[in-house]
Amino acid sequence: MIRSELIQKIADENPHLYQRDVERIVNTIFDEVTDAMARGDRVELRGFGAFSVKRRDARVGRNPRTGETVQVEEKHVPFFKTGKLLRDRLNGKA
Amino acid sequence: MSEKTLTRMDLSEAVFREVGLSRNESAQLVESVLEHMSDALVRGEQVKISSFGTFSVRDKSARVGRNPKTGEEVPINPRRVLTFRPSHLMKDRVASGNKK
Repeated sequence: MIRSELIQKIADENPHLYQRDVERIVNTIFDEVTDAMARGDRVELRGFGAFSVKRRDARVGRNPRTGETVQVEEKHVPFFKTGKLLRDRLNGKA
Repeated sequence: MSEKTLTRMDLSEAVFREVGLSRNESAQLVESVLEHMSDALVRGEQVKISSFGTFSVRDKSARVGRNPKTGEEVPINPRRVLTFRPSHLMKDRVASGNKK
């Protein structure tokens, strides 16, 4: 399923809404999650999962092609942990 | 870092502000989005949201695990797990937003 198919499903269920409003609604939800993580916040959606930010410490890396060492700076990466209900549903338990 | 935790309520509040539907309907739409995504994943489909990321379901085979406390061997059944791969855009935004 891709973004446009998700938008279509929501639009089909809500015939009273303009398609372009459904697009704005779906986009707002994903943008809000990204914005939160960009601020360093967590987003916890019970039953679905939680988005959070993890810190990766600075390290000395190596260019695999040349073997040269490079200093890799500390950075932050997005992380998702599946919620219990969804994990159970994936395994036919709920 | 602010380190707040957002919930469904914050997402529906954002929808409410953006589109001007009732708070109740905004909350229901957030729920529908999560439900459609979950249902697709349970069917084994990949959910690909451009410029956000991709959720995919992976099959893990059975293996023998060990209780780290007792050393006892325990069988781990085959199972399906969900992985999320953030898009480049999200990675860039999270990296630059959290830079000191």
